[in-house]
Amino acid sequence: MDFLKHIINGLGLGSIYALVALGYSMVYGIVQLINFAHGDIIMVGGYTLYVVMASLGLPLWVAVPASILLCALVGMIIERVAYQRLLVHNAARISLLITAMGVSIFLQNSFMLMFGSAPKHISVFPSQLIRLGSLEMDSSTAINIVVSVMMMAALQILVNKSKIGKAMKATSEDSGAAKLMGINTYKVIAFTFALGSAMAAVGAILYCNTYPQIKPDMGNLLGLKAFVAAVLGGIGSIPGAMLGGYILGVAESLTMAYISTTLTDAVVFGILILMLSVKPSGLMGKNRKEKV
Amino acid sequence: MKKRRVLSLVSAAVMLTGIVAGCKSKEDDKIIIGGLAPLTGNVAQYGQAVDNAVKMAIEEINEKGGILGKKIDYRSVDEKGDPTEAVNAYYSLVEEGIVALIGDVTSKPSKSVAQKAAEDNMPMITPSGSEESITKVGKNVFRTCFIDPYQGKLMADYAFKKLNAKSAAILFDTGDPYSTGIADAFDAAAKELGMTVTNKEGYASGSTDFKTQLTKIQGSKPDVLLLPVYYNDVALIAVQAKQIGITAKLLGGDGWAGVQNQLDEKNMDVLANSYFCNQYDPTSSDPDMQNFLKKYKERYKTDPIMFAVLGYDTAYILTAAIERAGSTDPDKIIEELKKTDYDGLTGKTVFNENRNPVRLAYITTFEGKKEKVLESYSVD
Repeated sequence: MDFLKHIINGLGLGSIYALVALGYSMVYGIVQLINFAHGDIIMVGGYTLYVVMASLGLPLWVAVPASILLCALVGMIIERVAYQRLLVHNAARISLLITAMGVSIFLQNSFMLMFGSAPKHISVFPSQLIRLGSLEMDSSTAINIVVSVMMMAALQILVNKSKIGKAMKATSEDSGAAKLMGINTYKVIAFTFALGSAMAAVGAILYCNTYPQIKPDMGNLLGLKAFVAAVLGGIGSIPGAMLGGYILGVAESLTMAYISTTLTDAVVFGILILMLSVKPSGLMGKNRKEKV
Repeated sequence: MKKRRVLSLVSAAVMLTGIVAGCKSKEDDKIIIGGLAPLTGNVAQYGQAVDNAVKMAIEEINEKGGILGKKIDYRSVDEKGDPTEAVNAYYSLVEEGIVALIGDVTSKPSKSVAQKAAEDNMPMITPSGSEESITKVGKNVFRTCFIDPYQGKLMADYAFKKLNAKSAAILFDTGDPYSTGIADAFDAAAKELGMTVTNKEGYASGSTDFKTQLTKIQGSKPDVLLLPVYYNDVALIAVQAKQIGITAKLLGGDGWAGVQNQLDEKNMDVLANSYFCNQYDPTSSDPDMQNFLKKYKERYKTDPIMFAVLGYDTAYILTAAIERAGSTDPDKIIEELKKTDYDGLTGKTVFNENRNPVRLAYITTFEGKKEKVLESYSVD
């Protein structure tokens, strides 16, 4: 019974990783950039919730869209200000990577200046114990899992069915050819950043609902683990990012339960090393057509 | 790496000028007391609280005429919570001619400085360095706060005798000596009292997810769950404990003080059934306490935390000892510190043979967002 509970706890945690991993994966798929500032978008989302709800005293239904919209906007601004010129001039990958780190440091420190380094408390939905037979789980865990699955489904539909989604796919497969076909690839890239950041905002909302505390550096480890999830699942693949997130969450939970409570990070990054040495393309990264 | 080197060069330069300036400014009409506190960095809030309160106390003493007929010159240095910086700062204070030292604030730098102070026979009293070994390095080192193991022992005793707990679980931070100190002592004391310790689960510093450990703990249904950690972690753990469905009474040490400010209104009920030992009673009607709370708030625009209260008492304990010693001779000051019997904000303090305080702890619970002191309690 406990085993099942640990699995569910792990899935709840993994859902957050998965949502953040989606952003890493999509951006990588389009511009082959590992956007290290992506983890900090979660932090931006968390603080937006905090400001709207705690400081302005507005209700949740205002805070959630505000957080998603602001994160999407921040994602687009980051792309415009920090990356676009580098992309236009075909700068080396390493320059992009270092710029991403710079953006991450900038975001963390500016939020530290604005809000201080002490953690802020937050609460989103009221917590409730759900009983399924003899199995108890918290509403936050259930919400995490349900929302993450819904988000992935919606994203799949958006990418495969909508016009902009198809443009995203085309850009990721061959941006030069896409441009020749009349696709405004810059618009597509901006949209991808916005979409990825919006996903991170949803991740932030789930995070705040599960762990009611936010601080300026909260995106560091969370972002890193989500990145591991994206690589594990096959970077560039949407279902892969989800799968990677869930596997990571469950692996953490089971490590804590049965091996050692202090070795979880070692296991997470151990999985990454193992995956990279056995199958560098990730679990679902084989089929290039899957890429967004 | 490079940044750090530049930083240390700069701080070395700053310190050097401090030493040079210090040599010039030795004055005979003042008694210089040194202070070490992290005024910036990760633990700045503790350092600032101690430093603010000590300044307030010294000012009050100076207004009443100072000690030994002279004014006190309190000079505090920011050591950023770093043991190396703290030792360097200590040396520069010695150069400035301090007669005694208040500090350091957190355990690790306190211990490093204590070792140097022991070599110099410098009277030293740390307001809040709680790791047991700090005062053991020399007969000149005192402290105002409880040692970590004492809190563990006290809470085990309280749980057994007053809460009628038969079984207990522990969830602690394996990377923090404060947490392991309390956890180990609680574990040992609980077993000695005949309680069953069902789980002793650790977590890595900085964790935010505790559900796995809590699920394991919930499986053994203990009467009480000890969380010997600081308020930020307490807030996270208590909320998740409720999510998992744990109904055990939650216990904690003085690191809990202020946890209610880390929780949203909607989550406040997670503290409804919890008890922690505090070192002072902020709800006390004692005029001295009320006066202190008011004055501190007016002056620093924030409510004092436990560290401020300890810093305030420490300043009075040290200056009273110097006054009684009748001179600034270190041996005499140390001798008088040993004889301390001071009735301050934290209650009546005397020192035991290890120069640790013997004092009552305040068992505190929560009523909504307010702390409520149930009783004062001690264990030997």
